[in-house]
Amino acid sequence: MSWEKIEIRTLKDVPKEEYYVAGHRTCQGCGPALACRLIAKAAGPRTVCIVATGCMYVANSSYNTTPWAIPWMHAQLGGIGSAVAGAAAAFKAMMRKGKIKKEEIHVLGIAGDGGAADIGLSAISGAMLSGGDHLIITYDNESYANTGIQASSLTPWGAWTTFTPPGKMLRLGNVRVKKDLPRMIAAGHPNVRYVATASISFPFDLMTKVRKGLAVKGPAFIQIHTPCPKGWKFPPELTIRIGRLAVETGMWTLYEVEDGQFRLTFKPPKRKPVSEYLKLQGRFAHLREPDIRYIQEQVDAACKQLGID
Amino acid sequence: MVRVITTGTVAIATAVKHADVDVISAYPIRPYTGVMNELARMIADGELDAEFIVCDSEHTQFEIAKHAAACGARVFTGSAGIGWAYAHEAIVVTPTDRVPVVAMVGNRALDDPGNFGVEHTDVLVARDLGWMMCWPENPQEAYDLTLMGYKIAENPNVLLPYIVNCDGNFITHVRFPVDLPDEELAREFLPPTPPPRPNILHPDKPISIAPHVDYYWGTEIRRQMDQAMKNAIEVTKRVHEEFNKIFGRGGPPFIEEINTKDADVAMIGVGGMTMVARAAVRELRQKGINIGFVKLRRFRPFATEEIREALRKFKVVAVLDNDFSFGSAHCGGILFQEIRSALYDLSERPIVVNYLIGLGGREITVDAMKRIGKEIYEISKTKEVKHIVKWVDVRE
Repeated sequence: MSWEKIEIRTLKDVPKEEYYVAGHRTCQGCGPALACRLIAKAAGPRTVCIVATGCMYVANSSYNTTPWAIPWMHAQLGGIGSAVAGAAAAFKAMMRKGKIKKEEIHVLGIAGDGGAADIGLSAISGAMLSGGDHLIITYDNESYANTGIQASSLTPWGAWTTFTPPGKMLRLGNVRVKKDLPRMIAAGHPNVRYVATASISFPFDLMTKVRKGLAVKGPAFIQIHTPCPKGWKFPPELTIRIGRLAVETGMWTLYEVEDGQFRLTFKPPKRKPVSEYLKLQGRFAHLREPDIRYIQEQVDAACKQLGID
Repeated sequence: MVRVITTGTVAIATAVKHADVDVISAYPIRPYTGVMNELARMIADGELDAEFIVCDSEHTQFEIAKHAAACGARVFTGSAGIGWAYAHEAIVVTPTDRVPVVAMVGNRALDDPGNFGVEHTDVLVARDLGWMMCWPENPQEAYDLTLMGYKIAENPNVLLPYIVNCDGNFITHVRFPVDLPDEELAREFLPPTPPPRPNILHPDKPISIAPHVDYYWGTEIRRQMDQAMKNAIEVTKRVHEEFNKIFGRGGPPFIEEINTKDADVAMIGVGGMTMVARAAVRELRQKGINIGFVKLRRFRPFATEEIREALRKFKVVAVLDNDFSFGSAHCGGILFQEIRSALYDLSERPIVVNYLIGLGGREITVDAMKRIGKEIYEISKTKEVKHIVKWVDVRE
């Protein structure tokens, strides 16, 4: 194992070294950029990182100023599943045949919510089925933010996006209910070893899950909730607070599925009302009381089902 | 060496085995699938040690091949017709990532309507993207050009992907005698590990491949690709020389002239139609028509000088296109446009006419070729061109 231990419980367990450094051009308060930093820190230098088109490519990995200090490559928007499958197969075959040194090399793929849940879903499903030794991480900022905030299948119900603008005729904005990608992957792929959800506002939990996903021999998947000041319309200093509120209200839940065994990794002691999360974000500003009540009912039902309440 | 009677797909699979490929990505579509069936069998029987990935689409196939090659693995993939079209996004970025992927395309008419016949438009849609492209005439050449492909693609001065095109059914499925060398001899020509190159993903040497670039460096990166394709001409010549030396066959790198001695006129084309042309030219010669056939083995890189030298001596050249380019100059075929353009600067150049033949998968017959031969022979006498572009065997 390339780290001393997997579990990161305190600040002392966090490596000092950074593998995602200065040079990126993301917005102030960018949730996905913070996720990349934590992911790279947890994964460490014996990692090959492939990132699909999205914010974390276009705004994040620029020629001559790339922040990545680990080997890095671009994959096409819908290609992250294929990219990690190819890289993992290459290392496996070349090591088995003695063409390169036998050692632990982590294969890590990163894609946004559109790249994972929409255009790349088929390839991710293929990678999860293939049994290759790789981890795919989705940074979920709940929209195609790089192209100017368009709805993805992970955009929540009621959210404003430029494809779902609230108007005189269509009052609600996005009327599609957010796809449950991690449970879809866990339920549909018997080969998958590890599935988890995480949040940038729970960094120790996030880094532990990244290491668990890389340590298992076989495919793993993590979806990270990453607030986006530009797309969600909130001031950049609120990123961490909004990430935390999402978990404290039950709008986002933290769990892992290890070899099919589901476990909550954080249970809010007393859930806050969803309005505390929604009211800080301009993308929900058009919603009325009954709409917010509807979201609250949906979240209550989901939390009950997951065993949070 | 062993002589076997086998198909183009099995010949290519054998070359892939001899190349000791590490990663193979497969998805079925006729008529190329046989190559993957054979490789899967070889792996199951322990004849080849490689990762065989069953994919969810052609896009995935080519993305997998690209990324596996980026990690330093030797790879093989392939497709046909509309499947190759489905992979196009990955096909665009494979050359720009400068990874030596080798693939096979079983040329097939594009949909719609669905059609199992041969057409070359499928692969030629990608002609401008930086893939090297060759057309074997038969399964023997399919083996040879595949093995050579790895050597050319992996040359550090090239590092571009390489396509072996096979006319669907006629080469993919029909059995021919093929000389297969011993694995040891093949590996003397092509060692199992590609030569070192700077752009390999590995933690020992962290690099970034294809970070976002914009206009500031974009032009220089395009220019590097241009140079790589230019370099590929010399590298291809050297690889052919080496292949010929080791195996005692392999032929010329770009052009094979058939019966062109003292010919007044010639036809030029690619792939399996050459077999038909050989018979047509022979019969026409017996009737006193001085005609030859020029087989274009490689379309990318386009060997401008060699093609000019080969064609300048004829009075009339007929370009036979098993492809289309609707709305192009004279509404001609793709080969026609390039060949005609290559001859433009010659002070004395042949009349160049175009025949669109075998489109929609119709069989290319000896009779049709003989008719073309007679027509261009007539043009050489009268200097009168009635049709610059003509559709062959079409009901109007």
